[in-house]
Amino acid sequence: MVEDFRLIELKDITKVFTDADAEKVALDHLNLYIRKREFVTLLGPSGCGKTTMLRLIAGFDTPTSGEILINGKDVSAIPPYQRQVNTVFQRYALFPHLNVADNIAFGLNIKKMDRAVIEKKVAAMLELVGLSGYQKRKVTSLSGGEQQRIAIARALVNEPEVLLLDEPLGALDLKKRKEMQIELKNMQQQLGITFIYVTHDQEEALTMSDTVVVMSGGRIQQIGKPQDVYNEPKNHFVADFIGESNIFPGVMIKDELVRLGNLEMDCVDKGFAPNEPIEIVIRPEDIYMVNPEHAQITGIVESVVFKGVHYEMMIRDTQDHLWMVQDTTFREAGASVGLIIRPEDIHIMKLMEA
Amino acid sequence: MKRAVKNIYMGLLLVFLYAPILVMIVLSFNSGKSRGNITGFSFRWYIELFQNEQILQALYNTIVIAVLAALLATAIGTLASVGIYALKRKPQALVLNITYLPIVNPEIVTGISLMILYLFMQLELGFFTMLLSHIAFNIPYVIFSVLPRLRQMDSNLYEAALDLGASPLYALRKVILPEIMPGVVTGALMAFTMSIDDFIISYFTSSGVQNLSIYVYSSAKRGIEPTVYALSTLMFVTVLTLLLILNRRSARERSAAKV
Repeated sequence: MVEDFRLIELKDITKVFTDADAEKVALDHLNLYIRKREFVTLLGPSGCGKTTMLRLIAGFDTPTSGEILINGKDVSAIPPYQRQVNTVFQRYALFPHLNVADNIAFGLNIKKMDRAVIEKKVAAMLELVGLSGYQKRKVTSLSGGEQQRIAIARALVNEPEVLLLDEPLGALDLKKRKEMQIELKNMQQQLGITFIYVTHDQEEALTMSDTVVVMSGGRIQQIGKPQDVYNEPKNHFVADFIGESNIFPGVMIKDELVRLGNLEMDCVDKGFAPNEPIEIVIRPEDIYMVNPEHAQITGIVESVVFKGVHYEMMIRDTQDHLWMVQDTTFREAGASVGLIIRPEDIHIMKLMEA
Repeated sequence: MKRAVKNIYMGLLLVFLYAPILVMIVLSFNSGKSRGNITGFSFRWYIELFQNEQILQALYNTIVIAVLAALLATAIGTLASVGIYALKRKPQALVLNITYLPIVNPEIVTGISLMILYLFMQLELGFFTMLLSHIAFNIPYVIFSVLPRLRQMDSNLYEAALDLGASPLYALRKVILPEIMPGVVTGALMAFTMSIDDFIISYFTSSGVQNLSIYVYSSAKRGIEPTVYALSTLMFVTVLTLLLILNRRSARERSAAKV
């Protein structure tokens, strides 16, 4: 599905905002390419630069230095209204004085398309987003979810090469959000359009994307498939930000053998220097609880929280490490438990540069 | 008891404020010329009013200037608001303070300085200079009624329009203007009212050309005719009506903003 052609390339992009006397580096020498028909998610906490990146691609802001190529052409001098990209805004930004049909037709009217063609396209778009017959409605009378669908239709009707989505589901409730995630993914595959999707919701990113770009502090921390980013986080930030993790400092004794305190564990990672200090990441769902006599690690349950699917327990081991363990069996606080971790569930990360 | 005291206090205030106007309105319907005794109800002075060439000319001047000044000040003020809105925080605060200054500046100072400016530029004082002055002092009122609308507007609307292929000018016409229209209309009404209402600035920046307030002033020097009561009554009612409309509009704006 995803083609190899690099539709968008960001080359050494830096963006500095200056307000009064303060300078803020929003993007710091950033490189990224996005392929045709790819669903790319820019994921990170607020202030990480993900929205700035989207605005640079849309053309609302210009980079302080660096180049943005769309279709191989430098677009720095091209204003937003001449770029082949469309945006879905976080708070929809529908035009309140126009009805649903006129909102969707806004871009087509500028292109001076034939009325009959416009009407047809608007109807087709409304069908795509599941709101057929809404043409004459006032946008202010629609629910948040419906407004979001209209905003998506208004962007997609222009048949952009790239659709930019800025936290489009942020204002919807959990159930609606999940529905829309699936619908958006389906639309993207059906239409074969490149999506660049900004979110701070890691679950959303993992569910929908072909590629996840994890950002923090104006830099890219990791680029990869959702599985890779989840299973093999590159550094402490990614491991911590995506999902729940147990992260402990350790030492790589040799290939496939790691030491945590005075405990040596087999793992599957290699390619580190002998005795290199590293960080060990273990997901809470990858830890098995057993009887203490058969265990690698023994400890005492400090707290238990019921999370619906499983119990989340905090367990302090004999070396004073605090483990988060998710398991469907309940152990009460104060109970003595044993833990086992399979070598392939241990992930080793290089230390983050300071 | 407390309530009664409040009401009496309020009543007294209103009496002091409006008794003079009330007396004038009553006298304007008096059939005789005397200020001392009421001789009967009549429209005599209103009829005379509309037969007086000088008054009709002044009325004409007032209305033409008010309409032109309102239109031009609204156009200039609206565009200025869009520009001010787009400024960064610090220059915006600076420009707003400069804009606010003419509103708090004593009118007589504005009037005299405008007059000196025209003389310095060797413009002949008259209809044109009065119009210019009215445009000038009305622009801040337009800005202060348009700017809040712009600030209420979703800032992404303009970008959304550009994103869909609209040029900045097209976006201004098709997206921003419809959004801020209520503020623009309020600004225009306000400018119109201020223009009708103005005496001091008009007096200093026009020589020989009279609007209604200048006519009232100069006829008062000659000794007041009851036609002036009638004229003043009409002016009072007009401005009162405009103010009521403006107040209702801004009340509606506020309740709309809450939703």
